Amino acid sequence: MPMSLPMRSTLKEFALPVFAIAAALLLFGVLVAFAGVDPVEVWATLFKGAFGDWFSWQNTLQRAAPLMLTALCVALPARAGLIVIGGEGALVLGGLACAALAHAVPLPGNAVGTAIVCIAGALAGALWIVLAGWLRQYRGINETISSLLLAYIAIGIFKHLVEGPLRDPASLNKPSTYALNDGLLIGGIGGSDVHWGLVLGVVACLGLGWWLRATASGFSVRVVGGNPRTAQLVGLPATRLILGSCALGGACAGLAGAVEVAAVHTNANASLIAGYGYAGILVSFIARHNPVAIVPVAILFGGFGAAGSLLQRRLGLPDASVLVLQGIAFVLILASEGLRMVDWKALRARLFRASGSPA
Amino acid sequence: MTADQWIALVAGIVGGALRVGAPFLFVSLGECLTEKSGRINLGLEGVLVLSAMAAFGGAYLTDSAWLGVLIGAMAGAVLALLHGLLCSLDRVNDVATGIALMLLGTGLAFYLGKPLIQPQAPQIPAIPLGFWSDNTVVRSALQLNALVPIGIALAVLLWWGFARTRAGLLVRMAGDSAQATRALGYSVSGLRIAATTAGGFIAGLGGASLTLFYPGSWNEGISSGQGLIAVALVIFARWSPLRCVGAAFLFGGAGAIGPALQSIGIGWGYHLFNTVPYVLTLVILVLTCKPGSAAIGSPGELSSTRN
Repeated sequence: MPMSLPMRSTLKEFALPVFAIAAALLLFGVLVAFAGVDPVEVWATLFKGAFGDWFSWQNTLQRAAPLMLTALCVALPARAGLIVIGGEGALVLGGLACAALAHAVPLPGNAVGTAIVCIAGALAGALWIVLAGWLRQYRGINETISSLLLAYIAIGIFKHLVEGPLRDPASLNKPSTYALNDGLLIGGIGGSDVHWGLVLGVVACLGLGWWLRATASGFSVRVVGGNPRTAQLVGLPATRLILGSCALGGACAGLAGAVEVAAVHTNANASLIAGYGYAGILVSFIARHNPVAIVPVAILFGGFGAAGSLLQRRLGLPDASVLVLQGIAFVLILASEGLRMVDWKALRARLFRASGSPA
Repeated sequence: MTADQWIALVAGIVGGALRVGAPFLFVSLGECLTEKSGRINLGLEGVLVLSAMAAFGGAYLTDSAWLGVLIGAMAGAVLALLHGLLCSLDRVNDVATGIALMLLGTGLAFYLGKPLIQPQAPQIPAIPLGFWSDNTVVRSALQLNALVPIGIALAVLLWWGFARTRAGLLVRMAGDSAQATRALGYSVSGLRIAATTAGGFIAGLGGASLTLFYPGSWNEGISSGQGLIAVALVIFARWSPLRCVGAAFLFGGAGAIGPALQSIGIGWGYHLFNTVPYVLTLVILVLTCKPGSAAIGSPGELSSTRN
């Protein structure tokens, strides 16, 4: 059946990553077969651990929430033409700001107080990523490098404060800040383990996706990122738009840190440095920096993460096996990006001609 | 502080600089070679961890530290080769690929290295640099990793190679102008893949020195991000292999200030001292970069120094 051109390209858009993930699962199966484990059983366990029942879904969604927000920290600057990889720094500072404010200032123990600590986290993250954008716009320093350096500095500050001035003396083995008051904590949705951070993540993805697509300022950001010359010619305020998208992205990552503190850890401690910032980079690249596409990608990779402990318990595989699976999947999906532009018809024609011609 | 404390502090920092700086030296040389060809490899973190595991496993199985070193370096080269190949595809971003390989390399290392956490492997011999002193603290601090002289020789070799040899010139050309390289009939991708792979081999030596000298065992927390720091180191050294040596030991020394102070009873600011290298790199960038132009000394094709 002949397909219209846009339909075919949409199909390609979905088919390539799906094929890449299937290939990753296949390769992973081969790898575990070497360890003497039945690949089919691994695939079944993987599915069960990620999406098999309500318990697994809760675990998956709990991991997907921060991934969505840290991916936005890459996606928004990327749409303005910047590759920022320092989301981890914004996340830990966001968590720190949340915990520090809750300890320093008596806040109302209700939703208002929760909103205030979340905003504090978002502000801290926004400032940190804006700093990287500012260094680029005004000092000519590449934002990829500076955001990476800033992430390490942020983690140093975080550890210094958590183990020093902000430490709760009662936390002996694992240095932590004072815990948030119960009233400030973010609870589960309808009594489940899935906390409201997931809603924040989804709303942020959909809202920012709409902003990029449908508003004048969002469109301007895309012009600045897509074609800086045009942006200059039509007189767009490039610096302001770039710093704005950095601020929004950083705010998302900072919010992720604040939500992790308020919903999962109840205080700021080293568990917050769990690599969500780095995983978010890959989620965003796989979603091709499209905020709406980040939602399913984050859920998928949250699922892989959630399945890890089940693989370990049921089949005796090392807990690092999901890390391997994620690594293979990321590598293959990124590589499939290189095949996107291949003209399959011409390639097939050439191959057939080559094999048909006499040697 | 008493004189003994001062000596202990200085010996601690110098010894720490040599111990902690050794992996820095190799990853920075590897990254320098890679970036000279016009590509950035953020995946050296994965290379470092994978090669650390492979070196330890190799030394454990063959009962020879040096065979372990070789196996580690080979493992690093294979992962870097994958990076080189992937980045040669159209529209594949080297920053994202690097992060993906960081994940894959550490994942593979943890997965395959699970049985290696308990056993002991033969270690790389130490050169007793503190032979002149009677002080045991000084003596134990100045046990030099036998790989360090090799690394320094490698730095000189790279410096000489970039300046004087045909291969070095070709790598630099691929890094400075892809068009000129193509015009002269060389394959840009081929040169970059070769340089990236060789860079992975060198970085793999750093991994070997982690598990076979200091700290000298395999565990999952073996690297604290040294592979990612390599990128900062190379900027700090302004893409010169010789300056990489100085930068690596400076970073190592800065990282050793915290533990050295802690050993004489000053615990304050441990984590802040660890951030000194990053702050220094950022300051250097602020001082040397100008809006609208690349960092001084950087290869022209490098995406991470252009705006």
